[in-house]
Amino acid sequence: MTHSATHPAPHPSKPVRQSIALDGTVYETTLTRKYAQRKPFVPKDPSRLTAIIPGLILDLLVKPGDPVRSGQSLLVLEAMKMQNHIAAHDAGTIKAIHVAPGDTVAKGQLLLEFQ
Amino acid sequence: MSLPRKLKDHAARQAEATEPHPEAARKQVAQGKLLARERITAILDPDSFHEYDLFVEHKCSDFGMAKKQLPGDGVITGTGTIAGHPVAIYAQDFTVAGGSLGLAHARKITKIMDHAIKLGIPLIGINDSGGARIQEGVNSLAGYGEIFYRNTLASGVIPQISIILGPCAGGAVYSPALTDFVFVVDKISKMFITGPEVIKTVLGEEISMEDLGGARVQSEISGNAHFYAESEATCFEQVKRLVTFIPWNNRKKADPFNTSPSRTEEDLERIIPSEAHRPYDVRDVLRAVCDGSDFMEVQALWAANIVVGFARMNGRTVGMVANQPAVLAGVLDVDSSDKAARFIRFCDAFNIPLVTFVDLPGYLPGVDQEHAGVIRHGAKLLYAYSEATVPKITVILRKAYGGGYIAMCSRHLGADFVFAWPCAEIAVMGPEGAANIIFKGEIAAAADPEAFRKQKVQEYTEKFASPYVAAANGHVDAVIAPRQTRDFLLHALEISEQKAEPRPARKHGVPPF
Repeated sequence: MTHSATHPAPHPSKPVRQSIALDGTVYETTLTRKYAQRKPFVPKDPSRLTAIIPGLILDLLVKPGDPVRSGQSLLVLEAMKMQNHIAAHDAGTIKAIHVAPGDTVAKGQLLLEFQ
Repeated sequence: MSLPRKLKDHAARQAEATEPHPEAARKQVAQGKLLARERITAILDPDSFHEYDLFVEHKCSDFGMAKKQLPGDGVITGTGTIAGHPVAIYAQDFTVAGGSLGLAHARKITKIMDHAIKLGIPLIGINDSGGARIQEGVNSLAGYGEIFYRNTLASGVIPQISIILGPCAGGAVYSPALTDFVFVVDKISKMFITGPEVIKTVLGEEISMEDLGGARVQSEISGNAHFYAESEATCFEQVKRLVTFIPWNNRKKADPFNTSPSRTEEDLERIIPSEAHRPYDVRDVLRAVCDGSDFMEVQALWAANIVVGFARMNGRTVGMVANQPAVLAGVLDVDSSDKAARFIRFCDAFNIPLVTFVDLPGYLPGVDQEHAGVIRHGAKLLYAYSEATVPKITVILRKAYGGGYIAMCSRHLGADFVFAWPCAEIAVMGPEGAANIIFKGEIAAAADPEAFRKQKVQEYTEKFASPYVAAANGHVDAVIAPRQTRDFLLHALEISEQKAEPRPARKHGVPPF
C-alpha cells in the first residue's frame, strides 16, 4: 500500500479540504475542525518541568545550580486545595527557574529547567 | 511399521515441529527476546505444559504457500498450571513466518479459547506477530474476527491475560484490548493501529515506533496496558503473581491464601497528615490495612490520581480502589474514572469484594476535561459501582466532597458498609467555597469583609467538615479510629461472604462506554 497526502495549513474557522492518495486512488476529504487544529506531536523533553495542573506556586525548594536527586521535592504547587510537592523525575542539576512564590501558573507552563 | 519405528518416527516429527529455525531464532534472541517455547516454560509450573495441535498445517496454496511448511503454523497452544492454578495458554512464534496469523494459526487459538471457556480456566495469550499472513488474504482477517468474538464471549466468564512480547499492530491489537489485563515489556512491546510509516505519509508527522506505541507509552499515556516491566523475566513474575489473586472463572471465588497480619495499623495515624491540604501516598494506607502489606497495583503508571489493585483480607482477595492525594490532589477526571470503572467491573464479574478508600476534593475542573467528555467518562464510575453486587465497603479517610463523595462508592450507590475516620470531611463542597457562596451578600456588606468571611468559613468548617452530619443521617455506618480499620473491614467482609443482591432481569445494561 502506498500513501501520499497534501498538508494544507490548518485554519481555525474554515473547513479544510485535503486529498489523500491510497494505492494510486486520490480521495478528497474534509478534515474536522478538531483534526485541523490538532497540535503536532512533540516528544517530552526531560530537561523541562512543566505544570501538570493549573495552580499557585507556594514555595520553591531549590535554586539554580542546585544538584537534585530523583524523587526530590522541587517546589510546592497548590492546586485543588492541595499543596502538591512536585518532585524530580531524575537526578540532575537545576539550570533555571521560571516562576516565583505567589505566581499563578497555567497547565503546561514551564516551571524550571534542568541542565 | 513396528511400534519402535513408529515411536522413532514420532520423535523425529516432534523434533522437526518444535525445533526453531536457527537463523530466525538468532534474530529473535538478538532483539533481547525469549523464544516462544521458553516463554511458556518460564510462565508455567515446571513440566506442567501440555501442548496440543502441534501438527496443525495451513491449507493455503496461493503465492507458493503450498510448499511452505510452517511448524505449528506459528503458534504454540496448550494448558498448564501456575502455582497450581490451571490455565490455557497460547504463544505466537515470531520465528515461524514472523508469527503471522493465518486461518490455521487463528483456529488453534480459537480452539484453546473455546477449551478455556468450557473448562472455566484463565486464558493467557502471548502476542508476538508481524500481523496478518497476507498470502491468506481474507481468511487471515476471518481468523482475527473469530478471536475477537471469543474474547468478547469469554469476557466476564474467565479471566483473560495478554502479554505483548513483540509487535502487535493493526487489527491484531484488538484482541489484547478486549482482554482483562495487558502486560508490556520495555523496548520489546509495540502496539498501534497504524504504524509510523503510515502516519508519516498520510499525516506528515514523524514519530518513532517507541514514542507511538512502546511499552512506556501504553502504560503511562494511553492506559492500554496494565502492567509494565523492564524485562520479560519481571513480566512473567507479575503474571504469576496476578494469577494467584484472581479466580479461575466467574463461578468461583479466588483461592484463599493463609492469612497474615498487616504491617502495623498504628502506622495509619502517622500516614495521614492532619492538615487537609497536605498530600500523602494512599498506597501506604492500603498496605497498612491488607494481609502481609501485599498490594498488587494495576495500571500503576496511568491515571495515578486513582489507585486500583488487588490485596487480601483474611486470606481472601479483595479489589481496592483509592483516591491518591499525592497525584493531582486525588481528583477524579476522565482517565481515573475510566481506570476505576473497568477495574470495578472486573471485580464484580469475578466475585471479588470491593474496598474503597475516599480522599478527594472532587472532579478536576477545566475546559480540556469537559471537552474530553468528563461527564460521559465520570458516569462510568457511577455505573460500575451501582452495578456491582459483590460486597462493597467504603472507608472515608479525609475529604469527600460533592459529586466525588457520591461517585466513590457512597451508601447511595449501594455500599454495604460505609466507615469514616474522625478526620473525614463529608459535605457538598469545601468550607471556603461554601461560605463564599452562602454568605456572598453578607460578606460584601460586612464592615470587614475578610474577617466576616473567615468567621463564616470557620463556622461552616465546624458544622459540616466532619463525618458526624453524614453519620447522623445514617449515610455513614460508623465513625472509626484509623487503627480499627482492618478490624472493621475484616468483619464486614466476613459477614458479607454470602451476600446476594438480585437485580431486575435484563439482557444487559447500557453503560456510557
